[in-house]
Amino acid sequence: MLESLERAFADAVPARTECSVRAEHSIEENFAVRRNAAEPQRRRVNTGAMVTVERNGGSGYAATTDLSVPGLRRAIEEASAWAEASAGRMVAGLGANGFTSAQGSYRTHEKRRWTDVPAAEKLALLADLSRRMKTDERIVDWAAGLNHTHTENLLLTTAGGRIHQEAKVVVPALFAVASAHGQTQRRSLGDSRIGQGGIELLDEMGMRDAPERLAREALLLVEAPECLDAAMDVIIGPDQMVLQIHESIGHPLELDRILGDERNYAGTSFVTPDMFGTYRYGSDLLNVTFDPAQATEAASYAFDDEGTEARKEFLIREGILQRPMGSASSQRRANLPGVANSRACAWNRPPMDRMANLNIEPGRATFADLVGQVERGIYVETNFAWSIDDSRNKFQFGCEWGQLIENGRLTKVVRNPNYRGISSRFWRSLKGVGSTDTYVVGGATMCGKGEPNQAIRVGHATPACLFADVEVFGGGQ
Amino acid sequence: MSFRDHFAEAAATVEGLTRGGEISLTNYYAERSDFFRFNKSAVRQPGSVTDIEVTVDVIAGRRRASTSVRLTGTKEEDQTRLERAVGDARAALASAPDDPHLAFNDKPQSSERVSRAALPSKDQIVDAVMRSGSGGRDMVGIYAAGRIAYGFANSLGQRNWHESDSFNLDWCFYHAADKAVKANYAGVEWSDAELDRIAGDAGKTLALLSRPAKTISPGGYRAYLTPAALHEIWGWLTWGAFGLANHRTRATPFLRSIDGTGALDPRVSLKENTAEGIAPGFQSDGFVRPPQVALISGGAYADCLVSPRSAVEYGAETNGANDGEQPQSLDMAGGTLRRDQALKELGAGVYISNLWYMNYSDRNNGRVTGLTRFATMWVENGEIVAPLNVMRLDDAIYRFFGSELAALTADRDFIIDPASYGRRSVDSFRLPGALVNDFRFTL
Repeated sequence: MLESLERAFADAVPARTECSVRAEHSIEENFAVRRNAAEPQRRRVNTGAMVTVERNGGSGYAATTDLSVPGLRRAIEEASAWAEASAGRMVAGLGANGFTSAQGSYRTHEKRRWTDVPAAEKLALLADLSRRMKTDERIVDWAAGLNHTHTENLLLTTAGGRIHQEAKVVVPALFAVASAHGQTQRRSLGDSRIGQGGIELLDEMGMRDAPERLAREALLLVEAPECLDAAMDVIIGPDQMVLQIHESIGHPLELDRILGDERNYAGTSFVTPDMFGTYRYGSDLLNVTFDPAQATEAASYAFDDEGTEARKEFLIREGILQRPMGSASSQRRANLPGVANSRACAWNRPPMDRMANLNIEPGRATFADLVGQVERGIYVETNFAWSIDDSRNKFQFGCEWGQLIENGRLTKVVRNPNYRGISSRFWRSLKGVGSTDTYVVGGATMCGKGEPNQAIRVGHATPACLFADVEVFGGGQ
Repeated sequence: MSFRDHFAEAAATVEGLTRGGEISLTNYYAERSDFFRFNKSAVRQPGSVTDIEVTVDVIAGRRRASTSVRLTGTKEEDQTRLERAVGDARAALASAPDDPHLAFNDKPQSSERVSRAALPSKDQIVDAVMRSGSGGRDMVGIYAAGRIAYGFANSLGQRNWHESDSFNLDWCFYHAADKAVKANYAGVEWSDAELDRIAGDAGKTLALLSRPAKTISPGGYRAYLTPAALHEIWGWLTWGAFGLANHRTRATPFLRSIDGTGALDPRVSLKENTAEGIAPGFQSDGFVRPPQVALISGGAYADCLVSPRSAVEYGAETNGANDGEQPQSLDMAGGTLRRDQALKELGAGVYISNLWYMNYSDRNNGRVTGLTRFATMWVENGEIVAPLNVMRLDDAIYRFFGSELAALTADRDFIIDPASYGRRSVDSFRLPGALVNDFRFTL
């Protein structure tokens, strides 16, 4: 679909116009079986492009589904009108950034291609997974699903830039809901299961083996006592760590938030520019990286949407804050180093500072070592609820699964395990980081931010981690 | 070509591609939007989006599959894309089992609703925002405006069309750090004078934020929640609260209300008010929505929103809900408290201008959490004393909409959702303010 774009762009751009076009052609497929009934297959083909023009210190964009020469010309005219209207009125540091001259490409590696597996086989798998979850009459809802998106992006600029990237992302879904005597409890594969690759990811994510366990655990939770209210040690499983990183490290370190762009919607940050290089974000055990080169992680790429080449950077090293997640244009505004994280969720939204792959580097402790350190505590996994203030400081998370730890051993299952804290203190209480045997590559499918709003996929790879003296509580009135 | 004509052409094309023994559904969405983003009273990202998406469903017997494509407005290209879309959907039918919950409207009910407005030009809106943010103000937010169109067609001859022009200017004036006044100017008739009035009122509140902020201890406080704060609560609660599937799978946060173990105050009444909202009066399977659906009546859980699929699955009648069975035009009844008496009636406590990031502490018990945001104030003797530092709430609907509800305001705000995930939202909320005797904060 994008083969003819290069010629059309060359023909459409008027002389002495500085601009870029970022085009997308994606195919998304959805398969789902809920309560043993297959839902209609859904396929979504998404094709469009955004033109960005810089003129006289102003900048504007126009997005269109029409990639013909006349269609691109109309978009360039519209973007030019915005650039003229905003000239001399742009936020300091924007409007005359120029466009990339970089050239390159990227493609997801698939071991077994999604398209090599017939639709009937995918539906048969989901039907089997669904059937295996209905183990008891107290299981009132259950479903299995598969989502796959193949996205092709082409960035062209009048400065000679040409970047072609293809990502293939797999998102499995599996959940069982049990309900009895006023208690409804859910167990799921979690919303953190997302990765780049082929159909092999389903095995790596444990989808095929999960149904009976999810049903059994949902039933256990219905009968389990409420989580107790107390300050205690907490081991956070990697699928919950994904969200902990995302909300209380990722968002506060986005440079556009620090620069105030998000204050009307997603919020600001408790992190200020003067903290980089000196601020103790966490204990010595905390090492956080921006790593776009992890092969199967959801947001791996070679270049961001401004055309900056992506590479691994430490954001936090041994607990000390190093650099924010800020794109080249934000780096110029803030006079700070950053990373290649200018990203748009689709052709019809402009790029901005985003998480991509944001990871916690593994430590040395096995899971048994972590549990063995705890005299009185709780192990939690799989996010159910999340909430954090607009400065990304006061947070509260709820998990599907909680299991008490007593004298170095996992014991009783409890329901509605919640915990809360304050980001700026919480990471300093990190006292154990799991080794690679607890390490999971996951992410989030729908990170919301920006005006106009954008939901984008991000990657988070992390081990299980142990925190001291966390405020834990359960449900009830 | 107008969106209306383009829709007619696309619908005719799909109908022409539909074979004997098949039924096709065509859902059309188009928008032509201006998005003008600003920060620190300067331009951040200005631009426009023209987007046209068509979803084609092909139904043969009890099998069904759908394909969505973007259209260009160019006849030949669109013809090719629609042929491919129908072909893809038809190909998917080959592997599709019978759908036991198949549902679509087979009794054609056509409709048309068009509202036009004169919206400001690019230069006009940039000038207006720059003027509002002048004088040392720190203004941040977005102006989103333009035409939105929804169309439904099927091969049985039904045609539904909904097209509207609107604008939504949503912004904050910032004092410092997280202290700000949130303001919104949305509608169909743009007026510089009205913008100046709203900005002027927000500017007066902004002055109060320069006072030293107060921090309170966790605990229960008397509180007044503005309609904007209730918007945040209902915006969260309605996600999974009133759908028939939520009800039957016992996933709704109103579970105790349904079971008779939890009660809301009889003054709490809620309905889906399609007749007075801005969302289309039809849904993607072609069913037309009733003017109103009562969701909570006199404090009791009433009707559910029923999608066509849920209707078949659970043996009920559909009321034209979308697949997610979420309200789009939520309307909460007002009470008797005069808005201008809210501070006086609050006396001493917390004036909550806005809430943020709601979620559950315990869904079964209707217990929610969230945070205060923007110009939340500490009040004494019916007067604002100081801005309040951010606090986390953790309380149950059966308390703040039940045993602890003191009053609801008589006048209500009509809030047009400024959200634009994928598309500009057509959701709306008509809400009062609420005075609560004891509202719990935990952190």
